[in-house]
Amino acid sequence: MTEPKKTIVEIRNLYKSYHRESLVVPVLYDITFDIAEGEFLALMGPSGSGKTTLLNLIAGIDKADKGTIHVGGIDITTLAETELAAWRANSVGFIFQFYNLIPVLKAVENVELPLHLTTLTKKERHRHAEMALTLVGLSHRMDHYPGEMSGGEQQRVAIARAIVTDPTILVADEPTGDLDRASAEEILSMMERLNSDMGKTIIMVTHDPRAAARAHTLRHLDKGYLNHDAVQNPL
Amino acid sequence: MMLFKILFRNAFHNKLRSSLTILGIAVAILAFGLLRTVISSFYAGVEAASTMRLVTRNAISIIFPLPISYTEKIRQINGVKTVSYGNWFGGIYINERNFFPNFCVDPTTYFALYPEFVLDEAQKKSFLTDRKGAVAGRKLAAKYGWRAGDTITLKGTIYPGTWDFVLRAIYKGRDNTVDETQFFFHWAYLNEGVKRIWPGYADKVGFYMVGVTRPDIAPEVAFQIDESFKNSLAETLTETEKAFNLGFIAMSEAIVTAIQMVSFVVIFIIMAVVANTMAMTTRERTGDYAIMKTLGFGAKDIIILIFGEALVITFTGSLMGIVLTFPAAKIFSRELGTFFPVFLVSAKTIYMDIAAAFLIAFLAAIIPTHHAIRIRIADGLRRIG
Repeated sequence: MTEPKKTIVEIRNLYKSYHRESLVVPVLYDITFDIAEGEFLALMGPSGSGKTTLLNLIAGIDKADKGTIHVGGIDITTLAETELAAWRANSVGFIFQFYNLIPVLKAVENVELPLHLTTLTKKERHRHAEMALTLVGLSHRMDHYPGEMSGGEQQRVAIARAIVTDPTILVADEPTGDLDRASAEEILSMMERLNSDMGKTIIMVTHDPRAAARAHTLRHLDKGYLNHDAVQNPL
Repeated sequence: MMLFKILFRNAFHNKLRSSLTILGIAVAILAFGLLRTVISSFYAGVEAASTMRLVTRNAISIIFPLPISYTEKIRQINGVKTVSYGNWFGGIYINERNFFPNFCVDPTTYFALYPEFVLDEAQKKSFLTDRKGAVAGRKLAAKYGWRAGDTITLKGTIYPGTWDFVLRAIYKGRDNTVDETQFFFHWAYLNEGVKRIWPGYADKVGFYMVGVTRPDIAPEVAFQIDESFKNSLAETLTETEKAFNLGFIAMSEAIVTAIQMVSFVVIFIIMAVVANTMAMTTRERTGDYAIMKTLGFGAKDIIILIFGEALVITFTGSLMGIVLTFPAAKIFSRELGTFFPVFLVSAKTIYMDIAAAFLIAFLAAIIPTHHAIRIRIADGLRRIG
């Protein structure tokens, strides 16, 4: 009998709305669900359903109106801005649709960037960044600037940057949304390997069925409501 | 270290925009530096004034003369070491365009009062013994190609007729703050001529220069001199050389104030230009700052990035401006040397340039930084793509 997996993310009665001048736009209603450690979860839903907002809340880059989010046992909704920043630096790896690399930094420098908030020495930071880039197959592109690389390569650099701090969870917002089919497949395979080989918990927002097909679990959001039945990926 | 790498690379990422902004700052700082130097040059005479010298003039106005007979009376006042005198001659060399200050003075005492005018001993002796002899400053002589022994003719404006002088000596300044564009000749030579053409105006001087034994007794000596001539036909007004020179500047105060205002307007304009550049730069990098905040960097890091970039741009431009100020001042001095005989870029001007650069960078970065810090990460990330 297999041991039940530990819960890494625990979301309870989460509400979020945006304020546009005097207008209040509700985005998420009473979201409650858990994510197990080592899970590869795909959050799906139409545009405006609140997927990215939910991902941002889990990653600690936005604040909920109500409800709690525990990640690795820490209630991140109670953390102050500076504590939250420190928590993000240690616990979350980010992969975005548009890669979001710093254009004036070389690939290796981009990967090193989050390590500047750690106590590692310059040498150690460089070694870690080299290892991460080697892991994503870009050891030959270390000294290239983002503008000198293809979209797929830039996203691999972004993945290397996301994993270099060995975070608790990886969050990916439409990671293949800006890539051609071949590059998208490559990125998804890489994420799959991070999940299966390294045991990384991945939460991915996508509305691409091919990307969602790589996840273990699918959850659907619609108009801010979560379909409470998680679907095990048939693949 | 990484932050510094980013801010330096950010500063020169958009090469055209950065170059134009830096060029603008360089021109503004150059203009600011030159305008401040013009203001300094107005005050050069005040700065060079000695605390050991007093100027005595007619109490009504400097245009009214004083009798030469006052010399002995002044000399007898306690604390007076040397008494000299002279007149503004106001002669024209060839035409009105060739302006330079020219005075007749009592040669022995005058040069004893001005040790900052350095004369070759042989030339000095030659000047003192020749009644028609004259002394010119090094820059003045160089400008007109004069050499010792040359005859120089000035057309009188106050004293009619043409006046010939033989250039006997060329003085050098003790340091670079000394005016080397003046022309001096014997008061006795002028007085002889005046006796012939205007006997009633003979034996008069425009001013007395009084050397005191100690600077601290200067106010008391000044008081005593004026007291000595109270209720006479020509009452005197005695003041320190510095106060006397400041009185001249006060006459052109409006010009000095206008130059001062223009210098600050130049800084204000360039501040607006840099602020615009920083606003554009920061708006473009909203996504980058959002990413950095996402990765765990804080407001302090964003402040370093934006202020640092503003400082790098401003200081590069300012450095260029400061470096260019020196050759520009040299050209300015050469072309307008007779109006601004001492046109030196002072250390104070450089400090003001640096202070202006700091002010420009600080004020230009303040609003963009505030905006970049305040923006929510989620909103910042939404700007990408």
